[in-house]
Amino acid sequence: MTNDSQLPPDFVAPHVRNLPKSGIRAFFDIVASCKDVISLGIGEPDFDTPWHIRARVIEAIESGATKYTSNLGSPELRKEIAAYTARSYGVTYDWEKEIIATVGVSEAFDIAFRATLSPGDEVLYHEPCFVAYAPLIRTAHAVPVPVVTHRKDNFRLSVAELEKCLTPKTKALFINYPNNPTGATLNHADVKALADFARRHNLLVYTDEVYSELTYEGDRYSIAAEPGMKERTVFLNGFSKAWSMTGFRLGFVCAPPALTEAMMKIHQYGMMCASSLSQVAGVEALQNGDDDIKTMRDSYKLRRNYVVASLNEMGLDCFMPSGAFYVFPSIASTTLTSDEFALQLLNQESVASVPGTAFGTCGEGFIRCSYATSMAQLKKAMERMSNFVKRHTK
Amino acid sequence: MDDLLNLLKENARESDDTLAKMLNTSVEDVRKRITELEESGVIRAYQAVINSDIITDVNEVSAVIELRIRPEREGGFDRIAQKVGGFPQVVSIFLMSGAYDLMLIVKGKNLQEVALFVSSKLATIDGVLSTSTHFMLKTYKDQGVLMTKDEHDQRLPITP
Repeated sequence: MTNDSQLPPDFVAPHVRNLPKSGIRAFFDIVASCKDVISLGIGEPDFDTPWHIRARVIEAIESGATKYTSNLGSPELRKEIAAYTARSYGVTYDWEKEIIATVGVSEAFDIAFRATLSPGDEVLYHEPCFVAYAPLIRTAHAVPVPVVTHRKDNFRLSVAELEKCLTPKTKALFINYPNNPTGATLNHADVKALADFARRHNLLVYTDEVYSELTYEGDRYSIAAEPGMKERTVFLNGFSKAWSMTGFRLGFVCAPPALTEAMMKIHQYGMMCASSLSQVAGVEALQNGDDDIKTMRDSYKLRRNYVVASLNEMGLDCFMPSGAFYVFPSIASTTLTSDEFALQLLNQESVASVPGTAFGTCGEGFIRCSYATSMAQLKKAMERMSNFVKRHTK
Repeated sequence: MDDLLNLLKENARESDDTLAKMLNTSVEDVRKRITELEESGVIRAYQAVINSDIITDVNEVSAVIELRIRPEREGGFDRIAQKVGGFPQVVSIFLMSGAYDLMLIVKGKNLQEVALFVSSKLATIDGVLSTSTHFMLKTYKDQGVLMTKDEHDQRLPITP
């Protein structure tokens, strides 16, 4: 191991030096050192990648499809993505000019920020949220502006809260529904209101819809499909969650031609192209993966029901989230802070969760539990948590 | 198939309380629905899926038997299937498309016992034209359950 402290500190760019490390990462190190832990801290599916997808990749290796593809991604994949966004979200993108296959959704929002933000630009994003948005907005030299969402609204983003944070420097709005870590979804009225807000204030919108296939109740609405929104929206999605393909690192970004062209420049120089083999996997997933999604979604839904009922029964208030595979129970009935709860639950009951504070300061008083784990494990975890809560109730 | 049946197919020993939570309903409702499924004959039995290959004191062999049957005017298959089904050695009977008519799964203590059963009891039934016996050597997957599944979770314990 190298000793970082021996390096002159000024070699590190100030805006990176000041970047906080992910709170999840810090907690990971603690959990990794414990034995026989039941983890509710895993933000990825417990299903294996469907076999037909893996088999198609094995064939691709055998047939030698191991070369660079077009920077934008193979035409075959982009055509499939265009067909998919049209049938699933009602938004039609030109596969030649408006789609880039990326290395996960993470790369997609990184290039989206860097291609569109200038120093000083402010980006509204809602908390609690996935850990990467604010840091990546900062590395693009822009200013992330957190907007609070509340338990009383089931963590739906409200225009009233957005208006409070608006300044003349506000350039863009970032949204992620279904939401990690709360599982919250938006109804059509919510989406219309956000679209109206964005149009009224001439904002660019980034929408991360990686969990949208995991919507359990109600129809799903993409803001990109609202009137007048496609031209001001960067639509981000990927294969990790719905098709259980996390390790393939494959995502995609769809945006109007000028924005796609700008993002393509960064992607082209920094990444060349997404892994050709992962792109093959993506084609197979889009062509033949609908049944897999349904099987997994049906299973998650039942586990969600079980976990939400169990948490409420043990005295942790938890709303029934309609998306993703997370629940975000309140721990207000206990004497503990989020960090204390997560740490003591780990030490005393060997159950790992993630403190709500890892997802923004307004996550205090909550923990995130993933139910993407087997029923056998969930049952044990709920039993242990129930014992723990009994000992720590106010 | 409804969610309750799917859950019971996966784990027939699941508690009523857990089933109720998963289905977002009451324990009473779950019990009522299970009773109805049992009484209407939809649920015929509850059984365990066993990996016989790792039980050392097991004294049993299984065979797939293909039966060809002489065509009859009325219900020949049903008549013979009923006759065959009376033998406790026969654990499954399926009517098949293709080169033969009935597929049976037969269990016995050893090869000889099964062979004798086939030649003396099955082949002699009036209307059975021929039999073909295939002994099973190893079970890799049964009832949707892999017998050699590596349970190791390859995921990191905490991911964003």
